[in-house]
Amino acid sequence: MEVKEAGLVGEIYRISGPLVVAEGLKARMYDLCKVGEEGLMGEVVGLVGEKVLIQVYEDTSGVKPGDRVENTGMPLSVELGPGLIRNIYDGVQRPLPVLKEVSGDFIGRGIEAPGLDRKTKWEFKPIVKKGDKVNPGEIIGTVQETDVVEQKILAPPNIKGGTVTEIYEGSFTVEDTIAVLDDGTELKLYHKWPVRIPRPYVEKLPPVVPLITGQRILDTFFPVAKGGTAAIPGPFGSGKTVTQHQLAKWSDAQIIVYIGCGERGNEMTEVLEEFPELEDPRTGKPLMERTVLVANTSNMPVAAREASVYTGITIAEYFRDMGYDVAIQADSTSRWAEAMREISGRLEEMPGEEGYPAYLASRLAEFYERAGRVKTLAGNVGSVTVVGAVSPPGGDFSEPVTQNTLRIVKVFWALDAKLAARRHFPAINWLQSYSLYVDTLKDWFAENVSEEWNELRRWAMEVLQEEANLQEIVQLVGSDALPESQRLLLEVARIIREVYLVQYAYHPVDTYCSVEKQYDMLKAIKQINDWFFKALEAGKTIDEITGVDGMEEFARAKFEEDYKTAMNAALEKIRKNLLGE
Amino acid sequence: MEMKEYKTITQVAGPLVFVEKTEPVAYGELVTLTLPDGSTRRGQVLDTSKDIVIVQVFEGTRGVDTTSTVRFTGDIVKLNCSQDMLGRILSGSGEPIDGGPKIVPEERRPIVGAAINPYARQYPREFIQTGISAIDGMNTLVRGQKLPIFSGSGLPHNDIALQVARQAKVRGEGEEFAVIFAAMGITYEEAYQFMKEFERTGALERAVVFLNLANDPAIERLLTPRMALTAAEFLAYEYDLHILVILTDMTNYCEALREISAAREEVPGRRGYPGYMYTDLATIYERAGRIRGRKGTITQMPILTMPGDDITHPIPDLTGYITEGQIVLSRELHAKGIYPPINVLPSLSRLMKEGIGEGYTRDDHPQWNDQMYAAYAEGVDLRGLVAIVGEEALSERDRLFLKFADEFERRFVQQGRYEDRDIEYTLDLGWELLSMLPERELTKVERKFIEKYHPKYKKGAEAKPAEGEAEAS
Repeated sequence: MEVKEAGLVGEIYRISGPLVVAEGLKARMYDLCKVGEEGLMGEVVGLVGEKVLIQVYEDTSGVKPGDRVENTGMPLSVELGPGLIRNIYDGVQRPLPVLKEVSGDFIGRGIEAPGLDRKTKWEFKPIVKKGDKVNPGEIIGTVQETDVVEQKILAPPNIKGGTVTEIYEGSFTVEDTIAVLDDGTELKLYHKWPVRIPRPYVEKLPPVVPLITGQRILDTFFPVAKGGTAAIPGPFGSGKTVTQHQLAKWSDAQIIVYIGCGERGNEMTEVLEEFPELEDPRTGKPLMERTVLVANTSNMPVAAREASVYTGITIAEYFRDMGYDVAIQADSTSRWAEAMREISGRLEEMPGEEGYPAYLASRLAEFYERAGRVKTLAGNVGSVTVVGAVSPPGGDFSEPVTQNTLRIVKVFWALDAKLAARRHFPAINWLQSYSLYVDTLKDWFAENVSEEWNELRRWAMEVLQEEANLQEIVQLVGSDALPESQRLLLEVARIIREVYLVQYAYHPVDTYCSVEKQYDMLKAIKQINDWFFKALEAGKTIDEITGVDGMEEFARAKFEEDYKTAMNAALEKIRKNLLGE
Repeated sequence: MEMKEYKTITQVAGPLVFVEKTEPVAYGELVTLTLPDGSTRRGQVLDTSKDIVIVQVFEGTRGVDTTSTVRFTGDIVKLNCSQDMLGRILSGSGEPIDGGPKIVPEERRPIVGAAINPYARQYPREFIQTGISAIDGMNTLVRGQKLPIFSGSGLPHNDIALQVARQAKVRGEGEEFAVIFAAMGITYEEAYQFMKEFERTGALERAVVFLNLANDPAIERLLTPRMALTAAEFLAYEYDLHILVILTDMTNYCEALREISAAREEVPGRRGYPGYMYTDLATIYERAGRIRGRKGTITQMPILTMPGDDITHPIPDLTGYITEGQIVLSRELHAKGIYPPINVLPSLSRLMKEGIGEGYTRDDHPQWNDQMYAAYAEGVDLRGLVAIVGEEALSERDRLFLKFADEFERRFVQQGRYEDRDIEYTLDLGWELLSMLPERELTKVERKFIEKYHPKYKKGAEAKPAEGEAEAS
């Protein structure tokens, strides 16, 4: 980057880990800088008198006081255009495959790699014509990026707009000019956008459509709306990452942005190896064809980890602006918060709770607020759904990151170490979790699944609640002391838990459960419940009822490709054995 | 190499030395201190500016005064790497202490390894048979995994680590693991036990030992695991070896980290540990793995003692968030005389799902695992109930689960220190225990597996695996 302007080059005064202090440098907050002889990437995070505080995204070993610092004069931005899908980026949008080409299997330093490939040519089909007026954020044409994703090429939201004087059709690289406006603005297939500034839209719309995830406990009991926000807190080993992966695989969003923020390297490798093999149940194409990955693993530089969630959500907003439903998985927001804490500690800021900076709550709120279902500048409706994993220390939900997150998000999926220990997966605690979208989504389920849906859901939840109450008594006096009807209820609750709530992420059939199947299963369990109580009235004993032949087949029916046949056969068997012909 | 010498120490605080009026000194630079008596210490630059440089001294600051000479070497901390490291015993900072010759370096590698590009990684899925049922059957280890042992003081974690080091193999390959053993702040006695065992079994030939004992400087512990992993990377990626790295005891490492942080007057995180401890631990643990196109692998088994047996303490907690599972030892099982006292319920192997089943272990393994967990968890739950209402109040079904849990601990978990069980034995033993339960309770396994492996259906009647080998030694 050529920087000639006076004052945009300074020198280093101090280095303390990822924090570098420069002097003699003209800078604004969040300007992007090149630090040291290697040109390490960094961002201005503070100004104190003459001194400029810079957080550096790479390891600073070997950097000396007196080394030069350049200010690019630009804030940290991402490149938005064709080439995003299927890519895997680090926290500051450098493509990891390119880094591998340049520096081998281990990540080197000071490597500049543009987010979008400069050589690939994309087939551009214009939508606007010469003489048309183009407003900021409007769609000017399309590029078929993958079999699944048609990328709509947007006029950057930060231009003035104007009348098209030139527009070309054909094969272009991202840097070629594809259109010219009357004020001389040249439009390209891509534009840049600063990651810390939310992309504009016309207005927010109410979230009334659920994001179907194919996970029974989520869709049935704790649904999240498209454009909504959800948090999954849980201790280690309780299944945060598996749940996030399940959402990335099966949720009915058109675009998935998966942010591996300060987590394990192998988890990203798993996604990279698995997603190209897995088929999207809706399009029949590999899941990778709709996925963008941002991977800043725990051992990669901490400042880039701080930036990674912004990089991810900006990419998500870009696809939203095309009118797509985007789901973003941030795993884990706690690592992001810790990165903030680390930088804040180095800045010697006054700490808030547990050493986290006092602005933790507002940063979290700002991030989640970038979710939403909106009317875009182009006049479409698009959404960004944010699901953030939280990793509370010691699994203690009272810690600051969990608490501040829960104040903002509308859905809370509480992971439970006890359930995980007995291999009840997904280990989401049905008593602790909640969704504030249940009411707003009621109509959708009634219209699109069944009128009975909401009633069935309410019934099942009630049984589970009642079970929890009864369990307390059982703990004291044993189950034999309960009246028969209550013992029967416990058995029904057990069926709901073990057959319905338990879902095997690694079983080829059970991993995804359509809403129709969810409805069929829930209805069948209600049916069995009714037969149970009828049989009890007719004088059968508890053991006869709970040991009824056919339950085993029923429990296994969900694993069958053709679950309906298997389930109906099992139901018929149960009915005959309980109630006779 | 430029040499810069100064006698401008202005302050010594704990392990830190503050030096003034220096030429520009690089962050992370290696420092040599010469004391008035002529002895030398090594250190590293932690913070550098035009006015003052802060150096952390690895061998401690005892005897350092303001007349000591500080020399900045212009280099960063490196390890002399060579194939000849195998069979050698080195200090916690990488110097030979076995009386043997100096190691002639083939390569000098910076001990702070660069991060593996996630795009270059290969997902670990090769089953390692450790011969320990509670690990192989319930929490399978795979090559390239990082699986720590969460222990407590006085529990036999060292015996387990040794047993794993001795028995670990990938089946179908004759190749053994080379072991890199890094001891941080362990006692002489413990170290002696390890060394004796290595010598006795001849394992030392395929091992590199880094020893930082309890009476060695605490700050040196910050180097030891990085030295060990640098050696591991060198041998794995240059010589195609499969490396098993045992790091013991990570708790001592974290204490050293806290000491440095306190001396720097940093804002403390939980329980006084620095806020960057997660990142710091990650730069150690994440150096395990496999890389596409490279033959060698690095498997890590860090050991840590949970202070007060508290799994929510920051050390086990942050470790568990980075590693791919954990093996948790239980004082209760140890008290019952069960070796290895592995409590499988809080234990976990995150990578096992890809490394078990047909083609890896045996087709029934995944569902068998679910069933064993569910049955044992139920049995353990019922123990709580029995304590209140007595065993008489239980139903026949519940009593069977209770019995299952007992047998599970006594026969399945319990085994000898030198007992090397193969995976078929482990799985069959599990089936034998499961056969105590009514068949309709086995809801987690498909019918076809029950028919194939349940002792009742197994042909040849010799369904019962040989008993009695499991004696506590």
